[in-house]
Amino acid sequence: MKILTGNDLGSGAVTWWTGNDWSIHVEDAADVGEHGESILAAEEGARRVNAPYIIDAVATPEGPRPAHIKDRVRALGPTVRPDLTLKPADPTAGEWVI
Amino acid sequence: MYKYDNYDQAIVDARVEEFRDQVKRRLAGDMTEDQFKPLRLMNGLYLQLHAYMLRVAVPYGTLDSRQMHVLAHIARKYDRGYGHFTTRQNIQYNWIKLEECADLLTELAAVEMHAIQTSGNCIRNISSDQYAGAAADEVVDPRPWAELLRQWSTFHPEFSYLPRKFKIAVIASPEDRAAMRLHDIGIELVKQDGVLGGRVFVGGGMGRTPMIAPEINPFVRAEDLLSYIEACLRVYNRYGRRDNIYKARIKILVHEIGADEYRRQVVEEFAHVKTLGIDPPLAEFDRISAFFAPPAFDINASDEIDRNDPDFAVWLDQNVKPHKQPGYAIVNISLKPVGGIPGDASADQIDVMADLAKDYSFDELRVTHAQNIVLPHVAKRDLYTVWQKLNDAELANANLDLISDIIACPGLDYCSLANARSIPVAQKIATRFADMDRQRDLGELKLKISGCINACGHHHAGHIGILGVDRKGVENYQLTFGGSGAEDVSIGKIIGPGFDEDGVVDAVEKATEVYKTLREGDERFIDTYRRVGLEPFKEAIYG
Repeated sequence: MKILTGNDLGSGAVTWWTGNDWSIHVEDAADVGEHGESILAAEEGARRVNAPYIIDAVATPEGPRPAHIKDRVRALGPTVRPDLTLKPADPTAGEWVI
Repeated sequence: MYKYDNYDQAIVDARVEEFRDQVKRRLAGDMTEDQFKPLRLMNGLYLQLHAYMLRVAVPYGTLDSRQMHVLAHIARKYDRGYGHFTTRQNIQYNWIKLEECADLLTELAAVEMHAIQTSGNCIRNISSDQYAGAAADEVVDPRPWAELLRQWSTFHPEFSYLPRKFKIAVIASPEDRAAMRLHDIGIELVKQDGVLGGRVFVGGGMGRTPMIAPEINPFVRAEDLLSYIEACLRVYNRYGRRDNIYKARIKILVHEIGADEYRRQVVEEFAHVKTLGIDPPLAEFDRISAFFAPPAFDINASDEIDRNDPDFAVWLDQNVKPHKQPGYAIVNISLKPVGGIPGDASADQIDVMADLAKDYSFDELRVTHAQNIVLPHVAKRDLYTVWQKLNDAELANANLDLISDIIACPGLDYCSLANARSIPVAQKIATRFADMDRQRDLGELKLKISGCINACGHHHAGHIGILGVDRKGVENYQLTFGGSGAEDVSIGKIIGPGFDEDGVVDAVEKATEVYKTLREGDERFIDTYRRVGLEPFKEAIYG
């Protein structure tokens, strides 16, 4: 599957395209199929997200998981500071990242 | 330390307001990212993996307690309660919001700090010896020269769009604590027949093509130094390659045309530059130098130290260095706790270090290129108290220059350029060697880790270097041996195929076992390696 990601213009937070908006949770990411480029063009015009790009992802029961390690690290947060990730209370939250 | 005059303050304040307007326009959608990116980079604002990152300049690594407290305040108010001290003696914040950045810069400017020229193809923060003004072996205090270069390079109209970034280091001791010859320009201040001048080295650097800077001039008289450096930059600006980012650094130019031809061109350019009168009048240099006058040391301070507390004694032996003033010492605060993140300090720890500087070190701190902090002027009678307060703040790690005093870049945990994580490898190695007796038995062993070929973790200069690479989407780590950033400067060599994360930790441990078996006398790891060569290590590691 193909999903879209970028960084929020104001906060810099990692965001994922949900189909009609942006979410900070990769689980919300939508499979954009062949429509990635046209969505990117429209969203770049809207200027809400910095430098969005298309990535490969794998569908899992827990939701999409980016194919490349760099985007998996982006999806959750620094592996060395679980307290600063999106799921600080869940000690197993990062098991799929590496 | 140097205090801004009205001119310094005015240009920093003006830059903050200019950036405030640029941010406003960007957030309003009046600028694209392509238009905005070069503007934010000129103000030290990067976009990294998880957020914006702001790199704040710490000129030649020197700070006072007021500034350090503001760095702690910024960590709390604008970031997530911590900062990361870097190998350019700067500090980075990893979680900055664009909409808050101008306010942050306003607060920095109020204590004479900024983030200007911490990115982009310009002259970056001038680095220096963290023991400047305190070292027993220095010829002069290099900081007035570093400050002069800071003023000269700030918004220098000719050098704001160089072919590539440009890094300058100034030292004044035979012992190189600043990796001077791994800079684009390295200056060692020396005296010849009582006359002050500089040995000038040009064309060093790390990155994908590591090079040791050759000596371009063995002695430039002090009064000519600024003109000479201007000439060095002008030749680079004229002939440095702008068509290929990988060949754009001055080291490539010097290497390709040769040191002799580069030197000839500099001499020619220098003759012209000298007609322009850019060297400062003596009165101006004296004005700058006055800010770096030695503090009011107690000339009756005792050299006696009570070593009864064994933990204190270990710290004393490892982290405290001789001072040129009797009765005083240089305190190194290691930011490398076992299992911690090299260079990170919490806001509370930053406040503690600021308070200690204020109370015990004539209000001075230094950031080191090894990502530690220095209190440069501590009376020996106060060392035990300082140690106790550091211990209370979990800052009394007695591992300076030992295997766990690791330089590590932020790596793939934070950096958008990285290919592999650096920090977890550093944590695992530090944990493997957590036993202090074992570390101390190994002695000085400089281990440096980079998460990509850009070498921000200085792996080329590590006695043991580790380079993280991406092998088909999987982190892999190459080992290099034999590097040094000190006066015995050398570039490490790759020893063989790479390892996974745990494998590289095992390999490092095997290397230390070989060293222990083969070392003679007081040899350090690197001395033994240089004497016996790679083979015994390779055999133990690869079988």
